[in-house]
Formats: sequence, C-alpha cells, structure tokens
Amino acid sequence: MPGPDAAMDAPVMEPGQNLRTIGEAVVEQVEPRLRPWWWAGFGLAGVFAAIFVLAVEWLFIAGIGIWGVDIPVAWGFAIANYVWWIGVASGGTIISALFYLVGAEWRSAVNRIAESMTLFAAAAAGVMPILHLGRPSYFYWLFPLPNSMGLWPQFRSPLLWDFFAIITYVTASILFWFLGLLPDLALVRDRTPSRGRRRLYALLALGWTGSHTQWRLHKTAYGLLAALMAPLVVSVHSIVGLDFSGGLLPGWHSTQFSPFFVFGAVLSGFAMVLLLVIPLRRAYRLEPFITPRHLDLLVVFMLLCSLLLAYSYLVDALLPFYGDDRFERATALHRFHGAWAWSFWGAVILNVLLPQILWLRRLRANGWLVCLIALGVVVGMWFERIMLVASSLYRDFLPSAWGHFAGTLWDYLTLFGSIGFAAAGFFLFLRYVPAIAVYELKELLPPGERRG
Amino acid sequence: MSVLVASFADEAAIVRAVGALRRAGLSSIETYTPYPVEALDALLPRPRWRLPVAVFLGGLVGLVLGFGMQWYAAAIDYPLNIGGRPLASWPAFIPIAFEIAVLCAVLAGFFGFLALARLPRPYQPVAAIPDFERASHDRFLLLVDPAGASMPSADTQALLEQCEPCSVFLWPS
Repeated sequence: MPGPDAAMDAPVMEPGQNLRTIGEAVVEQVEPRLRPWWWAGFGLAGVFAAIFVLAVEWLFIAGIGIWGVDIPVAWGFAIANYVWWIGVASGGTIISALFYLVGAEWRSAVNRIAESMTLFAAAAAGVMPILHLGRPSYFYWLFPLPNSMGLWPQFRSPLLWDFFAIITYVTASILFWFLGLLPDLALVRDRTPSRGRRRLYALLALGWTGSHTQWRLHKTAYGLLAALMAPLVVSVHSIVGLDFSGGLLPGWHSTQFSPFFVFGAVLSGFAMVLLLVIPLRRAYRLEPFITPRHLDLLVVFMLLCSLLLAYSYLVDALLPFYGDDRFERATALHRFHGAWAWSFWGAVILNVLLPQILWLRRLRANGWLVCLIALGVVVGMWFERIMLVASSLYRDFLPSAWGHFAGTLWDYLTLFGSIGFAAAGFFLFLRYVPAIAVYELKELLPPGERRG
Repeated sequence: MSVLVASFADEAAIVRAVGALRRAGLSSIETYTPYPVEALDALLPRPRWRLPVAVFLGGLVGLVLGFGMQWYAAAIDYPLNIGGRPLASWPAFIPIAFEIAVLCAVLAGFFGFLALARLPRPYQPVAAIPDFERASHDRFLLLVDPAGASMPSADTQALLEQCEPCSVFLWPS
C-alpha cells in the first residue's frame, strides 16, 4: 500500500526496464506519427509566432512609438519580457547543470526538456532588448568594434555587462545542449527505419560511435561544461539584477537585487519545467521514466524557491521603512496601493502565497493542481518584472517628473507573440529531438538490468 | 590486418571480457557501448587531463583578453577623465572579463572535445561491422587487435568465447 511518503520513496525509474525498452520508448517520440495534440499545439503556437513576427515587423516600420514606452517610462514591456524570459531560461540551466554537479539522479529524465526550454526561452529573451532599442539596426554598437569616432562601449555599465552575459549564456547553452544530445542523435540515426531520416541524424550526430574513448571525453566535457554553466547562469541573472540596482531610482537602487533576481528566475524556471513535464510525460507515455518522484522533487524545489523569493519580497518591502529615505518609502507605499498595486499583489499571491499549499503532500501529488500553481507562478513572475520596471520609473523623485505607464495592444501582442515563438520552437524540438537523455537513463538501470 | 569483434548483451559480460583480455596482455582494445560504462574506466586507461587543461587555458586566455580589452580601451585608447577617477577601474571590469573567460572556456571545452574525439567524422570505418548500429541501443561491442598479443589469434578468440558473448568473429579492416 502506498504510504504518505510514496512519492519520495518512489524509484527514479519504474522497474522492469532494460536497454531496449528505454531506447525504444524514447526513439518512438521522434518517429513521424500523426499526433493530433502536437499539431493542435504547434498550430496554436505558430499562430502566435506569426503574430510576433507581425508585431516586430510593425515595430521596425513604425518605430517604438507603437508601444506604451515614453518618458519617464522608457523601459516598458520589452525589458520586463526580457527579464522574465531570461529568468525562465535560468531555471532550466540550474536543473540541468547544478543538479548534474551534485549528482542528483532524478535530473536525468528531465534535463533535456529543461535545457531545451532554456534554449527557446533564452532566444525569446535575447530579441527583447534589441527590439527595445529605438534603432534596433544599431544593436551591434554594443560589440567592442572599432568605429569612425574611435569610441568603445561603456565597459563600466551593467547594461553592457548584460550584453556580454547574454551572448555567453546563449552560446554556452546551445553547446551544452548539443553536447548532451550527441549520443542520442546517434541512437536515432541507428534506430530509425527511414533512409532520409537516417542521413539527417547521421549528419547531426557528427559520426558519434560510442567508443570508450569518446565516452570518456564526453563525460569529461559534459562535467566541465556543467561546472561552467552553473556559475554562469547565476552571473547572468545577477547582472540582470544589477541593470536595475545600477540605476539610482527608488525601488531599484538596492544591494539585494542580484540574489533576489536569481531566486525569482529559478522559481519561474522550475514552474515552467513542471508546466511542460506534467503533460509531456503523459502525451509521450514517459511515466516509467518521469515518475511521481521527479514531479515531487521539482515541486519541492519550486516551493523552496518560492520561500527564498518570499524572503526577498519581505526585505524589499521592509528595508525602506527601516532606512531613512523618503523616496524609497513613497515608492514602496505606492507599490502596495498605487495604480500598479495589482502587479505587486499579483506577484505576492501567485509567487509566494499560493505555492504554499504545496506543503501538503496530497496536493503535491495532484498533477493538474501543480500545473495550475506553476502557471500562476509563471504569470506572477511576469507581474513582478513589470511591477519592478514600471512602478519605479513612472514615480521617481520630483512629482513634476511623474507620469504614467500602460501597455498598448502592440505591447501585449509582442508579449503573447513571444510566448508563441518560444512554444513553436519547443514543439519542433519535441518533434525532432529525443526529449529524454537516453544514455543517462540507461546509466540509471540497476547493475543487473543493464542488458539488451 | 583484421580485428576480433565480440558482441555482448549485458554490461557485466563485456567488463569480464575486457578484464580477461587485459590480464592476457592485450592492450589495443576498444569498446562501443550504448552508455558510458564506468567499470571500463579502470581497465581501459585513456588520457585524462588534455580536455581539462584545454578548458583551463581557454578560460585563462578569455580572462586575459577580457581584462586586456577593457583596460586598453579605458586607460590607453580612449582615456576619459571623469572627476579624476582612476582610468583602469578594474573592479568594474570583472563582470565582462568573467563572461568572456567563461565563453572561451566553454568554446575550448566543446571544440576541444570534438577535436580529441575526432569529430565530426560522418563516415566511421567501424560502422561497417555487421550489427554495429545496435551498439548505441542494446549491445556492447568489443574490438580487439589480436596482433598485439603474445598468444595466437585463435586463443584470443577462444578466450572471448568463454565470456558469454552473443557472437565473436574476425572482421577484416
């Protein structure tokens, strides 16, 4: 009889698996089959991706005036979207790199999904600051390139640090993802019956044979890259936090922003992974590999991040009243009950209060409820980002300089379009790439079961 | 020249076989397995430090380049006196230097891995071995060059056949 600790005691893999069953279950996922839910999902995502393209196109033609940004609020949705997306991406890297380093065996079944989510989230994040530039075609001015005036970019600015952090993060994420994928691409190459697909995957697998020499190098390379990715992702979101604390505005100029942003980022990442993993394990019949234990651990980590974020919210709300800066106090009070109070309270309720029901083991085991809470967290994190961006900007020091901010239709189309863009990429990933690291699952087999 | 190919259905068998071959003094052994078999690490030594050294050097080069670029720009190429503040304000250069160092280390790790693993190489001669494609799925393959042994090739084959293989055959390469 399953006791109350059933999820915690559950194995990381259902018994009765062997090399053949694992390989076949995962390769089945990338075989061409008519999957109505996939077409429905990809179609819907595609529509929103098309909206994104249109919104960006119109932005390029008409200029940034189609958005709600103006003076004093020069950072609007684009920056909030950027911070939100890069946060979602960070969670995937934490799951895949940090938990690899600590040897958590539960990560093996979900790391590919997490890493792929990271890639598309980072792509959606990466375009936002470029769109946000009034003249996007000059984005390359951020590169330290020689120009006619002999000028360099401002190396002392967190905004430029951010540019370097994103370039590094996106590049490293792609390489880390591809490195882990190599043996599984070779598996698809070897298993797929179609000649054309065999060619395609042979090309992608680069000639991987699985020799002992290659495996040794692969393991070393993967460990090294994981050890670089884990501090990298913390640095990326810390620098995003510094973008804000480097500004002198009340509500931004705070020393806790770096860890505060990292906590929120990891929270939204765990939430997004849960949101993807719970339906996917059912859709692809991956229940033997993604067990209740995985879901339980992911939920527990989401809860942990929620508590860390609660601490940051508390510090952010209390410090203005502990200190003596009346502008900080005014901004804090305005966040509690000003025009954008909905975003503050929305963030508190969705990110901190609602997830607390997951302390109850019974509720934690309910997939739909967890999905709902995770969706709430993802939305709540966007609320937090827009609250931080907007509320400090439209009411800073002098009342004569105050203004207001509201998103326009094009702001919302860009936001929802970017979700479609990332989702469409993720659906394509599901169609062509094994969503579970097969060779890592095979390593999880007990010694006696490691047979064909 | 030809090599002996043995295929096994489980991990324990190939580990036993590799152990037996090593005790018999054979050294040119390669295995092809669906996942990294940890028990083989001790039996089949491979160079361990090349890739970590490459990554370390990559990171070091990136760090020097990152700091150097910022220092050159701020202190030499375009010095800008802002209220007498120091031109070479190195603490402000740390984040970008760190990011460039990580970028170079990751590039060194990835491309160093490809170079040492002799990839990309879409055509692998071993792929012509019958049933080789199962080595990524549910079989463990062992290739040994019997020429290196003090005993005749037939003895090596007999030794392999004692280790419960699925098949053993001589493959002309």
